[in-house]
Amino acid sequence: MSTGAEVNPSVAPGIASDPARIQALEEKLRELEERLTRIEGQTADDKVSLVVFSGDLDRVLAAFIIATGAAAMGQQVSMFFTFWGLSVMKKDTKLSGKTLFQSMMALMTPGSSKSLPVSKMNYFGVGAKMLRSMMKAKNVNSLEELIALAKELGVRMIACEMSRDVLGIKESELAAGLECGGVATFLGESLKSRTSLFI
Amino acid sequence: MSQAFDKQFDARGMNCPMPLVNARKEIAKIERGQVLKVLATDKGSVADFQGWAKVAKNVQLVAQETETADGTCVYVHYVMRKA
Repeated sequence: MSTGAEVNPSVAPGIASDPARIQALEEKLRELEERLTRIEGQTADDKVSLVVFSGDLDRVLAAFIIATGAAAMGQQVSMFFTFWGLSVMKKDTKLSGKTLFQSMMALMTPGSSKSLPVSKMNYFGVGAKMLRSMMKAKNVNSLEELIALAKELGVRMIACEMSRDVLGIKESELAAGLECGGVATFLGESLKSRTSLFI
Repeated sequence: MSQAFDKQFDARGMNCPMPLVNARKEIAKIERGQVLKVLATDKGSVADFQGWAKVAKNVQLVAQETETADGTCVYVHYVMRKA
């Protein structure tokens, strides 16, 4: 045993006296370590990402319940608001600087989370009011409370730049603390997420 | 036969996701190794707390039990802070 104690001949007989095999094994080990590093880079993080495309009260409520629940469970949550979903994050409507179509869109879409319709049986807003009062009776948090809670829990909220621009919604019309981003911002998060939903 | 605990949080009357969200806030206030007792009337909280313990690395569900007080079912969860 002049080569030292790194190889136990009783466990691997013959290896200690065969430098070519040691070299082959070392090479294999290096190769496996490289593969492991590569695979580790591809696995998901403790993240959840949601696209909020809908501007319907019932769907948006589901989105915020999942977001706050996931954040409470220790997940890093990102919400992307796009198209009709941007209405959820509107705080007021200013028509100045908008084109005719953009102004029409602004007047025909909800001005804030408080005036979102329900996806079924809305009946000019009566359905939404009814759902809100039914939820209140059961002591379920309101959408506005859930939005505040999501912010408090550190949920990242991102407004889609392209749909915001198309619809002519100015950044000043949206709630403070909203980041702006595009498809790559969403994919950057969703590709590293365990769960990714389109609502 | 009751489980030992260090802090109690009353989530009775709260609905999904509030028992979980508030329990998460409360558990941050106790030390590692201590146990938080949560009282809830939300039936879904039984599965919710099991899911939380499964996903989060820093909590462990020590015990769960059901009590009946004044005709209403109370779901009791004991969660230990691990990290």
